[in-house]
Amino acid sequence: MTDIWQGLVQAFLLIVGGDADLVEITLRSLQVSLTATVIASAIALPFGAVLVVSRFRYRRGAIAVINALMGLPPVVVGLVVYILLSRAGPFGVLDLLFTPTAMIIAQVIIIVPLITSIAHQALRDLWSDYHDLLISMNTSKRQRVMTLLWDGRRALLTAALAGFGRAIGEVGAIMVVGGNIDHATRVLTTAIALETAKGDFALALGLGFVLIILAIMVNLVIHSLSRTEREGRW
Amino acid sequence: MTGTTLLSARKAMVQARGKTLIGPIDLDLGATGVTVVIGPNGAGKTTLLKTLYGIQRLNDGTVTWSGNEEDIRKRQAFVFQSPVMLRRSVRDNIAYPLRLDGISRKAARDRAEEWGHRVGLGRVLMAPARQLSGGERQKLAVARALINGPLVLFLDEPCAFLDGRATREIEEILHSAVADGTCLIMSTHDLGQAKRMASDIAFVLGGKIREFRPATDFFTAPETPEAQAFLRGDIVE
Amino acid sequence: MKMFLVACILVLFTLSARAESLRMAVTTSFHNSGLADILLPEIRRDTGLKVQLLVVGTGQALRLGRAGDVDAILVHSRAAEEAFIARGFGDHRREIMYNDFVYLGPAADPAGLRSADSATDALTRIATSGAAFVSRGDDSGTHKKELQLWSEAGRMPADFGRWYKPVGAGMGAALNTAAALDAYILADRASWLNFRNRRGLTLLFAGDRALFNQYTFIPVSRKHHPHVRADAAKTLENWLISDRAKSLINNYQIKGEHLFVFNARQ
Repeated sequence: MTDIWQGLVQAFLLIVGGDADLVEITLRSLQVSLTATVIASAIALPFGAVLVVSRFRYRRGAIAVINALMGLPPVVVGLVVYILLSRAGPFGVLDLLFTPTAMIIAQVIIIVPLITSIAHQALRDLWSDYHDLLISMNTSKRQRVMTLLWDGRRALLTAALAGFGRAIGEVGAIMVVGGNIDHATRVLTTAIALETAKGDFALALGLGFVLIILAIMVNLVIHSLSRTEREGRW
Repeated sequence: MTGTTLLSARKAMVQARGKTLIGPIDLDLGATGVTVVIGPNGAGKTTLLKTLYGIQRLNDGTVTWSGNEEDIRKRQAFVFQSPVMLRRSVRDNIAYPLRLDGISRKAARDRAEEWGHRVGLGRVLMAPARQLSGGERQKLAVARALINGPLVLFLDEPCAFLDGRATREIEEILHSAVADGTCLIMSTHDLGQAKRMASDIAFVLGGKIREFRPATDFFTAPETPEAQAFLRGDIVE
Repeated sequence: MKMFLVACILVLFTLSARAESLRMAVTTSFHNSGLADILLPEIRRDTGLKVQLLVVGTGQALRLGRAGDVDAILVHSRAAEEAFIARGFGDHRREIMYNDFVYLGPAADPAGLRSADSATDALTRIATSGAAFVSRGDDSGTHKKELQLWSEAGRMPADFGRWYKPVGAGMGAALNTAAALDAYILADRASWLNFRNRRGLTLLFAGDRALFNQYTFIPVSRKHHPHVRADAAKTLENWLISDRAKSLINNYQIKGEHLFVFNARQ
């Protein structure tokens, strides 16, 4: 228990002290995970909407596969991305390994199934509501997708934030493809892993609390920016 | 039956699970007037409307549009019994069909506001549509359906869930649309409404159109015994 | 649309930073010693090189070298190093410095390590007593050293009972486990000195020459990977065998104890 208390103390000292290394890895955590979330959402949200309005033979199977992919162990994704980006691999010439870009790529792959699944679930309900009306208006598939994406945006924001949560707390994949290089690819989660391995639990917990606070703050900022809780809006 | 023909059905048939829901249907819909489809519940009124509109797939036969207008959204519009409100303001709901056609947001909103006022929703234009009462929702649905100026307006028991006052308001809006040249085809189980609105009556029973005649003729002298029984108030199957 | 632009800017941002840098894979035991924190800024100042360290086990370090994902490696496992060079992935070995391994265990010392007279004797005592022993189990330099000592003691880990616990983890994590289990463990002295979670663990045996641990620098060969920064690796190598490096390494202390002995041929 003293470890947890010490962790809280460490977190407080780190934040108040404005430790330069802490600021650097926190910003990098945000940079990697926010970018990954934006890119993954740009892929997953429309994809989820298309899955809702399309009718093709393997749709049920596709949805089942996507739901299953949510359970992909991140470190496995990391290994696959490492193999692809390695110099010995097909995309080695891009020289992306051990850079934040590689970390973003890995995290995008990890969170796209999650965001797609949540978006699909939310939009499915909306579609069953809108179905008759939009069909009667002879809308094109593109118009249906756009309407669902716009009208369902509150639920889609939740899906995106769920993706962000998964990304910011992820450590297995980015450790492998990023290498946890000091001043280059070290982020909060990999730093926590490092300190844990070194036996410095108090510092590790402190960093963990910083991470939690960071995630909460991002959620609060996004929600206040989109004013989702404003009375009577929806 | 009056003026040029817009819509023709030939031997149209819809089946489900081995049963025939409607058919065979042969019908010519004219370019003006109000055709009211009446009949007991389960007779197939809704299915008939959806089939003529084109959102119900046929198992046999054809439904052909013979009017001039190419753009479907300018040809026809549908008002459901329980209208669907998009998760937007009243104004943006009414404007939606215009936005589908690529009209700019400002122009669409201006026209939507006009229509909003015309149907009596002027005070709630910016409110979320989902907050409207039943009567207000149906007015929105009618405004949204008419904003493109369609040649034919289909309505499936539009006043089924509305009180007397709301019903009257809707009927006034529809009358005004007819005066502007829109042709209506609507179903109802309210015989009074049928008498007030119809220029032609289609009496549907067991999935077939038993009678299709001018309203005055139908109500003074129904030809079939089933229609007579129906108008008397008996239960007809 | 706005969000998309923000995303692009963020991505470009990550791609932009490109100084004169070199990637080197080093072992966790080297990193845990803290020596890198002293050397890296000096290297930067003297040569302008930004050295990026990937801290992994020896096995992974060699693999990264084989794949050409790093420009050089610093490891401590002679047999593996020679195989690496024999297969053409490295041009040559350059010995830089050595430290030593120590045995740690519960203060009560049920296996009697305090009176052991050699590194292999210590292991024999542990095996006979059946006291818990934590092994790195991760193909690292430390792990390979441990296996080598077992073989010299005439025993095979495959035959061991449940007292032998391979954890498949880095030095710090393995020490944590040993501390929690009150088990014996072989560790490099630097990791031990820096380890903060000792609980009941103490140092029980050290000093046998067999426990010396040689750190070697190997630049990744251009033969298989023409893209490696061989010039930067050469600069780094020259620095590592210089007098400057010699004095920094020999003077490095943890809690008043010297850790490394510089032994590069200059």
